[in-house]
Amino acid sequence: MNHLPLIIKREYLTKVKNKSFVIMTFLSPIIFIALMLVVAYLTQLNNDKVRVISVLDESGLVQDIFKSTEKTSYNILEDMSLDDAKLLAKETESFGLLHISKISDLKTASDYITFYSEESPSINLISSLETKIQLELTNQNRITQGFDVEKLKASNISVSILQESFEGEKTSKADSIVKLVFGGAAGYLLFMFIIIYGNMIMRSVIEEKTSRIIEVIISSVKPIQLMLGKIIGTSLAGITQFVIWVILGGILLVVASLILGIDVSQMQTPQQELVRQAMENPNLKFDIQNVLVAFSHLPLVNLIFAFILFFIGGYLLYSSLYAAIGAAVDNETDTQQFMLPILMPLILSVYIGFFTVIENPHGTVSTIFSFVPFTSPVVMLMRIPFGVPLWQQIVSLVLLLGTFILTVWFAAKIYRVGILMYGKKPSYKELIKWIKY
Amino acid sequence: MSNLLEVHQVSKHFGAYKALNNVSISVPKGSIFGLLGPNGAGKTTLIRIINQITMPDSGSVILDGHALNENHIKDIGYLPEERGLYKSMKVGEQALYLAQLKGLSKAEAKTRLKYWFERLEIGDWWNKKIQELSKGMAQKIQFVVTVLHQPKLLIFDEPFSGFDPINADLIKDEILRLREEGATVIFSTHRMESVEELCDDIALINKSNKILDGKLIDVKRNFKSNTYEIGIRSGNNMVLQQELEQKFDVTPAYFRTLEDELKLNVKLKHDEKPNDLLNYLTSKGEISHFVELIPSVNDIFIKTVKSN
Repeated sequence: MNHLPLIIKREYLTKVKNKSFVIMTFLSPIIFIALMLVVAYLTQLNNDKVRVISVLDESGLVQDIFKSTEKTSYNILEDMSLDDAKLLAKETESFGLLHISKISDLKTASDYITFYSEESPSINLISSLETKIQLELTNQNRITQGFDVEKLKASNISVSILQESFEGEKTSKADSIVKLVFGGAAGYLLFMFIIIYGNMIMRSVIEEKTSRIIEVIISSVKPIQLMLGKIIGTSLAGITQFVIWVILGGILLVVASLILGIDVSQMQTPQQELVRQAMENPNLKFDIQNVLVAFSHLPLVNLIFAFILFFIGGYLLYSSLYAAIGAAVDNETDTQQFMLPILMPLILSVYIGFFTVIENPHGTVSTIFSFVPFTSPVVMLMRIPFGVPLWQQIVSLVLLLGTFILTVWFAAKIYRVGILMYGKKPSYKELIKWIKY
Repeated sequence: MSNLLEVHQVSKHFGAYKALNNVSISVPKGSIFGLLGPNGAGKTTLIRIINQITMPDSGSVILDGHALNENHIKDIGYLPEERGLYKSMKVGEQALYLAQLKGLSKAEAKTRLKYWFERLEIGDWWNKKIQELSKGMAQKIQFVVTVLHQPKLLIFDEPFSGFDPINADLIKDEILRLREEGATVIFSTHRMESVEELCDDIALINKSNKILDGKLIDVKRNFKSNTYEIGIRSGNNMVLQQELEQKFDVTPAYFRTLEDELKLNVKLKHDEKPNDLLNYLTSKGEISHFVELIPSVNDIFIKTVKSN
C-alpha cells in the first residue's frame, strides 16, 4: 500500500497550519524589510554628515589639491605649530589632522607625512589621501626632473580588453558580475534552505518519537515511506514559505521605499560595493543594456535545469541525514554531537563557493569540490553560470545521485532502528551497529 | 478450530544480543491469547515481528494461511505499550489520518469514527487537540483507532494502563465484544488478574525463549499440585493437626473464617483422591471449608520464570 501521498499531505498541512510557522512566514519579511530600511536610513544619515579633515602643510607642496567635496571638507591650516594645529583640529571637531612637514627629499616623502586622529581612520580614507598626495608629488617630481607633464599625460594609453568566446560571443566584465550574483544567490539559497528545513525535518522526527506515536505509524507504513514523506512534505511547506517570503518581501520593499522615500539601492553591502566599483570603472560600461546582454549570455536553460537537479539532490541528501539524526536522539539538545559532520561540508562548500569559485571558477579546487557529493550542489551551482562542460555536470550529478541513494539507505537504517529506541543517547559506534541490524 | 496466527521458530538478534531464540506460538482463531513474560524477555520484539516493524533473522510467520506480507497490515490492529498521538493535531483529523494509513477510505473512516465516538460518548472531542485531553481520554482515542479498521488480529500491549477502573472495565467489555464478533486478540500484560479473566491461551517467554504455552486450563491442570485448602472445627485443633501432619503433607493456610478453625493446605499424593481426605476429615470434625487449590497465573508465572 502506498501511503506516501497521504503522509506528504499530513506533513505539509501540519507544518503550514502550525501557528509559529504562519507567524514566521508573514513576520519574517516584515522584520527583514524593516531592518533593511533602518540600515539604509542610517547609511544615508552617515553619508549626509560632512567629515572635516584639517590639513597642515608645512612643505606647501600639496595643500592646493585638497578640494572640499559633498562628504569631506578640508580645513587648511597655515602658520602654526603642530601642537597648535592638533588643538585646533580637536576644537573644530575635525575627524583628523593631516600633517606634512617640510620635505627635503621627495623620494623619502613618506617619512614626512602623518595623519593624527582620535579614532583610527578607515583604510579607504587613508588610501584615498595617499593616492591624492602621491599623484601630486609624482607630478611635481616629474616637473623638477624636467619632464613635460602634459606630454606625459597625453602619452598615456588606456586599454580595455574585449572579451569574446571561441564561438564568437562577445562578453564583458559585467558578465562576470552577473554570473557571480546568480551563482552566489543559487548556492546561498540552497545552503539556507538545507539549514532551515533540514532542522525542521529533524524536529518533526523527534516530535514523533517524544509523542510516542511512531510505533503506531510504522505498524501501518514502512519507515522509509514515513521518512521520505516527511522530507517531501516539509520541503513543500518550505517552498511555500520561501515563495511567500519573496513575494511579500518584494511588495513590502517597493511600498516601503515609495512611502519613506529611501533609496534602498544606496545601501552599502560588500556585494554592492563590488558592483559600484565596477560601475565607476570608466572602462567598464555597466548600464542596463550591458547587464541585459550579460544576462542573455548566461547559460539560462542549463542554469535552470542544473539548479532544479542540484537543488533537489543536495537538499534530499542533507535532509535524509537530518532525519536520521532526529531518529537517533530523544530530544533536540542531544543533536549537537551529530550536527557537526553535517554542517562542516556545508560550510566548507559555501566558503569554497564564495572565495575559490569567484577567484577561479575552473581551478583545481573548484573543480574537485564540484564533484565531491557533499559539496557539489553548492559549488557546482556557483560554477555553472561561468560555463561548465556538460560532462562535468553529468558526472557530478551521477555521483550526487549515487551518494544520495547510499545516504538514504544508510539514514533509513538508522531511522528504522532509532525511532524505536528510547531513553539513551547513542554514540557513533552504536549507530554503526544499528546499520547491521 | 484452526489457528489465525502461527509463528514458527522465529529468532532475532540485535548485534550480539539475542532477543528471540526459536520461538513458536500458535494463536487459535477467535481466542484471546495472553503473551506473558518478565520485562525484557522479548515480547515486544515478537509483537513487532508480527507487525512487520522488525524482520526476523530466521523463522516464519503465517497469518490466516499466508506468509506475512504487506497486505496483512490492514488485518492487524496494534496498540503498542509505548503509545501516543500527535499532540498538536485535532482528534478527528488524527483519527482519520491513522485510519487511512490502515487502508480505510476517508468516507468509510468518518462513518465508523462517528459510530465509535458516539458509542464511547466522546463525540464532542472531534475538534479538540490531543494536548487538551487527559491521558485516559487520549487512550480511548487510541483504542478506537486500533480497532476501527475491523482487523482480524488485535494486538494489545498493556491496554489498561492509564485507564481508571471504570474505563478499564469499559475497554475490557469492548475487547470481549470484539472477540464475539470474530476478532482474535493477542494480549500482553503484567496484570495477571486480567489474564486470568480474559485469556483462553497463554505463552510465557523468558530470556528470549518460550518456556511455556498452551490452553490456560491445560496449563493450570499441569501445574496443579493436588493440594486442598481445608477448614475444620474439632474439639482439639492441636491434636487434629498433629494427626493430619502424620498422615499427609501439610502446611498452614491463611483465609478468613467466622469461627476459630483449623486451617491447613493439604497436599495429596498421586494415588490419593480428594474423597479419601474428605472422608477422613468428616470423621474428625465439622468441615467448613474444602477447596481445591488451582494455581493462579501469577503463581505459574513466578514459579516458571524462577525455575528457568
